[in-house]
Amino acid sequence: MKYPEFQALGAEVLSMSVDSVFVHKMWNDHELSKMVGHDVPFMMCSDQDGGIGKAYGIYDEDSGVETRGRFIIDPDGNIQGFEVLTPPVGRNVKESIRQLQAFQLVRASAGTEATPSGWRPGKQTLKPGPDLVGNVWKVWKVEEAFTE
Amino acid sequence: MPEEFKPGCKRPEIKKMSVATEETTAQPAAKEAMKSMVKVGKPAPDFTAAAFYEGKFVNVTLSEFRGKWVLLCFYPGDFTFV
Repeated sequence: MKYPEFQALGAEVLSMSVDSVFVHKMWNDHELSKMVGHDVPFMMCSDQDGGIGKAYGIYDEDSGVETRGRFIIDPDGNIQGFEVLTPPVGRNVKESIRQLQAFQLVRASAGTEATPSGWRPGKQTLKPGPDLVGNVWKVWKVEEAFTE
Repeated sequence: MPEEFKPGCKRPEIKKMSVATEETTAQPAAKEAMKSMVKVGKPAPDFTAAAFYEGKFVNVTLSEFRGKWVLLCFYPGDFTFV
């Protein structure tokens, strides 16, 4: 549902589980497409032996499946952030979009800007430097972390 | 970009890439480290995997997306509930 937003941000989405591509097709055709009204727009990858999940540290040997690991990878191929959940709790896609926007802002600023807690596009950023040391309280209020 | 393949009667072969080569060349201590979590700010392990995409079966390699941001989402299994 949110794929166009990722596209607009210049991001590609890949999903990954130990299921085969045949099962991915069946899941798309028989359940997911009915949930969202169209085919899954991103690549549904298969990690049959869990080798990729092991490399990312999120493969669970006991159950033979991958835990809910989500990785944000920058244009240089470096991991900027990850979140790993046990199976029963789903992700918050909006939070992934927010983090992606924050990482993109920081990258675009070449590290001259940082995003404080609760930052969203349009909200205040911080410009780290000698003058800001010990003075964040003067330019940024804690309440701002909790406003929409 | 992802290349289509024609599936046979079995699951597609696993494409071993840097994920596997690193494992074989790693020292025992490093091997143990491989099982632990990746680190932020460090390179994402590259891989090639079979994928279902736009009605076709394709091979996708992570490093093909260099220059773009990538959201990589693992999940426990198809047809589970969350």
